[in-house]
Amino acid sequence: MDLSFTETQDMLRDTLSRFLADTYNFETRKKMLERPEGRDPGIWRALATELGILSAPFSEEQGGLGGGPLENLIVMEELGKVIAIEPYLQTAVIGGGALKAAGGAMADALIPGIIGGDVICAFAYAEPKGRYDLARIETTARKDGAGYVLNGHKAVVYAAPWATHLLVTARTGGSGNERGGVELFVVDAKSAGVTRRDYPTVDGFQASEVYFENVAVPGEALLLGGMDLIEQVVDEATMAVCAEGQGAGRQLHELTLAYTKERKQFGQPIGRFQALQFRLADMMIEAEQVASMTLMGTLKLDLPAEQRKAAVSLAKAKVSKSLRFIGQNAVQTHGGIGITVELAAGHYFKRLTMIESQFGPADWHLERYEALTLPA
Amino acid sequence: MNLDFSPEELAFRDEVRAFIAENYPAQLRGKQDEGGDLSKEDFLSWHKVLAKKGWIAPAWPVEYGGPGWTATQRYIWSEETARADCIRIMPFGITMVGPVIYTFGTPEQKARFLPRILSGEDWWCQGYSEPGSGSDLASLRTRAVLSEDGSHYIVNGQKTWTTMAQHADWGFFLVRTNPDAKQQEGISFLLIDMKTPGITVRPIITLGGEHEVNEVFLEDVKVPVENRVYEENKGWTCAKFLLAHERTGIAGVAASKRGIERVRSIASSEMDGDRPLLANPFFRRKVAELEMDLTALEFTELRTLAGEAAGRGPGPESSVLKIKGSEIQQRITELALEAAGHYGAPYFRGFGDGDNEHPIGPDWAHHTAPSYFNMRKTTIYGGSNEIQRNIIAKMVLGL
Repeated sequence: MDLSFTETQDMLRDTLSRFLADTYNFETRKKMLERPEGRDPGIWRALATELGILSAPFSEEQGGLGGGPLENLIVMEELGKVIAIEPYLQTAVIGGGALKAAGGAMADALIPGIIGGDVICAFAYAEPKGRYDLARIETTARKDGAGYVLNGHKAVVYAAPWATHLLVTARTGGSGNERGGVELFVVDAKSAGVTRRDYPTVDGFQASEVYFENVAVPGEALLLGGMDLIEQVVDEATMAVCAEGQGAGRQLHELTLAYTKERKQFGQPIGRFQALQFRLADMMIEAEQVASMTLMGTLKLDLPAEQRKAAVSLAKAKVSKSLRFIGQNAVQTHGGIGITVELAAGHYFKRLTMIESQFGPADWHLERYEALTLPA
Repeated sequence: MNLDFSPEELAFRDEVRAFIAENYPAQLRGKQDEGGDLSKEDFLSWHKVLAKKGWIAPAWPVEYGGPGWTATQRYIWSEETARADCIRIMPFGITMVGPVIYTFGTPEQKARFLPRILSGEDWWCQGYSEPGSGSDLASLRTRAVLSEDGSHYIVNGQKTWTTMAQHADWGFFLVRTNPDAKQQEGISFLLIDMKTPGITVRPIITLGGEHEVNEVFLEDVKVPVENRVYEENKGWTCAKFLLAHERTGIAGVAASKRGIERVRSIASSEMDGDRPLLANPFFRRKVAELEMDLTALEFTELRTLAGEAAGRGPGPESSVLKIKGSEIQQRITELALEAAGHYGAPYFRGFGDGDNEHPIGPDWAHHTAPSYFNMRKTTIYGGSNEIQRNIIAKMVLGL
């Protein structure tokens, strides 16, 4: 057993952390969100070409640094610290993860593009009525010669307006929430029949409702693996957002702590009051537990599926609860200014709130954990 | 980074398992199964087996008699002893005063006391709290006055909550040697022979009917000056050091894992209508959340241990382990009592629950209420959980 990061991993963290400190602050982030496309594409380009960050989770044969889930943890934690809106989760963790696991011609074609910064992915898995059940989908993929034809409506697809490629879950057979027949496709975002309704999200990203109307894709667009592959990729993505929450949660605790040392009421810094000291201590305890559970779940991603799912669900349930605690108490401690857009704290609160339910909230994950580990 | 045990660590685990299976005292196992109170001899029987093997003090440096285990080996040890339901080793000598003596003591003190702590010849108790000094420990008033010739102290005062003092050969006491200095700067750390004239130990009975804790009265107790550890009026340094050490062990992860296993097993067989209690959605959610919080605690401890291995000692972050560990210990006893239903009520202390002609409820239910009552202590002792939050606020957050 060894719980220390390697020197290479420490370097990855340092490099990224320094870059983000220079590029992301309250003002620059605000300006990015105000641009027509809702982001600064130069930052993504720099992450790929100057820092080589996007090669972190890929093997050396694929042109990467030979990393995996721990590298994703490091990158996502650092992105979380500055509440970055870069599509690393969608592109490297989900797109890269699915392509790595499935292999084949599509992987060979797209991974170099991801590493180089030319390919941006979005994950079109949610549907208006499916909630968090990955198999409860109505989008169809009808076999047509060597290829498929997709029809359906995908909901709240983060980063879709920026994406060159969509990872789409669709049914080749079955119905309801049957596992059989659910497959993962890679679709060129410019394919005929793909339309989007774009909008900003409450946490600063851009997303879309994506509609597929007789979208023809070639046979190799199907990534082999079905629900097993989709669940594996989503578990990896779940731990990645936990890591993002770890970074953002700790940073929000820091911001709140700093605020209690400078804000004065009754003639003294409010941090002198025991009611707030206890709250800040409890927030720190929760932040530590987020870090512990993020590490636990990430290290168990390579276990057999049942154990992996149980570990990821236990981790996400705790992380969701703890992040809610940190976010709400940060706002309460800031007082009125905490519910405005004028301080960074409120923006962290918004992202943490969305992370809570991303890939399933605490209740959903506890139910999945119970189903896996407790008798019916 | 990985969670797998190396081949050497697996071999160590097998060695530990085999050793426990072959050497755990059989009569102790029998008494535990019956759920009876354990005597001093019972406690010492396992202690002495481990002392002989050289495994009694996993965290001590090798030069003082520790086994030289890595953090992972210590983790394996606590997992395996909990898994095999071994009784815990009394902490007062091994985890409390021992490290104080080898860290702050003189060569003579080390030579005199450490071997007897390891062997179990001396049973230790802790003289910290006083009737007027609980959370505000530094306000303690037990007075020690140096004799004119400087050869001994005369100690007068009263200590309380002294766990297992009824068995103790020695006690480590915080006493006031300078009433005029700032509170923390007038305290000294004394080792006192409990057979010294002037010491009276009186039992305090707690809610489960146990005699675990005591009041200790000290009346003109003569303590040789060579029994003072570290400098006069610097006892608070030892006290703080000891409290930080006490708190890491207090997380009790391995024992809590075993406790949840027991709750799971009880709730799998106990019926709630036509389904096992564990299938009740409310009960199973509580079990799941307990496992969630215990896993978070376990990895917080593992991260702390990894930090220690990298040279960062147990500091204020051990307060986190104490707070979460104690809360979880309590929640386990809550669930066991809930599982017992009606049979949480019968009180067996003082009459034969060995009468099997008309058994009263399931055996496992007999101690659920006393355990629940007893474990309320965990958030109070070792620095209450409120004091731990004060420590975090001051030492970690700089508030």
